[in-house]
Amino acid sequence: MTKNVKHIEKESVGIVETQYFTFGDSPDELLLSNGEKLGPVTIAYETYGTLNSEKNNAILLNHALSGSAHAAGYYSAEDKNPGWWDIYVGPGKAFDTNIYYVICSNVISGCSGSTGPSSVNPATGKPYGLDFPMITISDMVNAQYHLVKHLGIDKLLAVSGGSMGGMQALQWTISYPEMVNSCIAIATSASLSAQGIAFNEVGRQAIFNDPSWNNGKYYDGEVPRAGLSLARMIGHITYLSEKHMHEKFGRNFQDSGVKVKNLSSEYTVESYLRHQGIKFVERFDANSYIYITRAIDHFDLKEDYGGNLTFAFENVEANYLVISFTTDWLYPSNNSREIVRALRVNGKNVNYTDIVTDNGHDSFLLPSDVIEKNISNFLKNEFRKSVN
Amino acid sequence: MTVGYDLVLEEIPEHAKVLDLGCGDGSLLVMLQEKKKVKGFGVEISEEGVSQCVEKGLYCYQADIDDGLSDYKDNSFDYVILNQTIQNTKRPDYVINEVLRIGKKAIISFPNFAYISTRSYLMFRGTMPVNELLPYEWYESPNIHLLTISDMKKMAGAFSFDILSEKNFFYSRKGKSIHVKCFPNLLAQYGFFVIEKKQGNVLSK
Repeated sequence: MTKNVKHIEKESVGIVETQYFTFGDSPDELLLSNGEKLGPVTIAYETYGTLNSEKNNAILLNHALSGSAHAAGYYSAEDKNPGWWDIYVGPGKAFDTNIYYVICSNVISGCSGSTGPSSVNPATGKPYGLDFPMITISDMVNAQYHLVKHLGIDKLLAVSGGSMGGMQALQWTISYPEMVNSCIAIATSASLSAQGIAFNEVGRQAIFNDPSWNNGKYYDGEVPRAGLSLARMIGHITYLSEKHMHEKFGRNFQDSGVKVKNLSSEYTVESYLRHQGIKFVERFDANSYIYITRAIDHFDLKEDYGGNLTFAFENVEANYLVISFTTDWLYPSNNSREIVRALRVNGKNVNYTDIVTDNGHDSFLLPSDVIEKNISNFLKNEFRKSVN
Repeated sequence: MTVGYDLVLEEIPEHAKVLDLGCGDGSLLVMLQEKKKVKGFGVEISEEGVSQCVEKGLYCYQADIDDGLSDYKDNSFDYVILNQTIQNTKRPDYVINEVLRIGKKAIISFPNFAYISTRSYLMFRGTMPVNELLPYEWYESPNIHLLTISDMKKMAGAFSFDILSEKNFFYSRKGKSIHVKCFPNLLAQYGFFVIEKKQGNVLSK
């Protein structure tokens, strides 16, 4: 599916195409954590690189809250926006597609091709809306399991992701220990903090309070633009650090010629957030935002294992690379350390580094030599060890 | 070969489970893996050190050993290594007790502050010694808890550990450790102790 196109930068995977896999027709629906069943289930996914004949070079990438299956490359020669992790996925990059077969799929309950609240409910012929069942991080992983099996892979060389993607990566190593050789968990946590839940809730309330939301039934009319874009603006504040925000925007005004300050004077930071909000509404579904943030809130590996995180990692077989960022206050370094502690108490193999940066939670999406070399070296060694 | 590596290599048996505290770039662990097939783990305070360990295919996590050992279960390792590290810690007392708890045995090697040239430096110049063992001015030195070979022996009673062996040494220009048996506290550049907690006794402090 990957074609090399010369005029796009050399280390890009080139032009890619999203593919779709559907499973779970009655009576083999996907059994969810809450006991409900979901089916049929479609998963949107992309792959980069080539699966080798031993089928031991596959890496699964997991996206964060607002991500999609489109991790790398471009959709067309005119496309200016590469996939969400293009800086780290491609020939010669950290996830080197000359060596590895990289898979990324959209989570279920998402809105970028996988089954979610905006999909048509086969029972009614209308979009699910709030009839869509509650989805957990485990459920997302269980759906991905079907995709991985469908692709003919029995064991993944690595699962990886940042933020919510890191939660999925951790869950993979716990749910399917024998299927995961290694795990790269970045800027993530075994459970979201109360502060994180609080920000998610404010985002959801922004959507609920938009009259267009209409209890999730808006698919044949006006979508809750104001609510969803406000939710995104709040989110973006939490992704940056105070210092990064100050360096990026300062106290500058959008219109540099402002002489008199009045109510409508616009600071650059306001303009940035508004722009992010507006852009987001074009590509994201408000109900998906509600379902996915809830899945993040409810994720709690400690609770799953009787209040003790050590028990959660008792039977994992993977080797880990855990990375946190010093200025990440949404998923602070301590959350990562807690994971690392639980792993090492169990005698598991774990690398951990706390990268010094001003870029806050967003750091995992930004270029960094330290991220690049740690991922690249970790994978190289894990691949070598797994083959021996 | 870096300071004390040959002695550590001699001491550690094959296939031992080893924790190297302050493992730096991981070169000691690599050597132990290659020559003794150990199952090795590292703890390192610097981001750079961890990256170098990852590059070598080791497992290392970034932490301050002054507060990063309490989660390990008792006797988790056959050997815990503190090679030229103890003098850098904020709380050597805490670290030593933890090391004795989580390791069946511990190797502790450190620059001997009572070494003759260090002593005479202080004696005759009256300033903090700066030499090949302690190559820092006092204001920039990571060596915040300097000790002597005699201090280490004195510690055994107070911290309820047995000294299993002592190989205090002089580090030759060729990178070999030369065992100093005669007046080690005066003539050895480095202390080298293999210790274990006293059996059947509750740890002091």
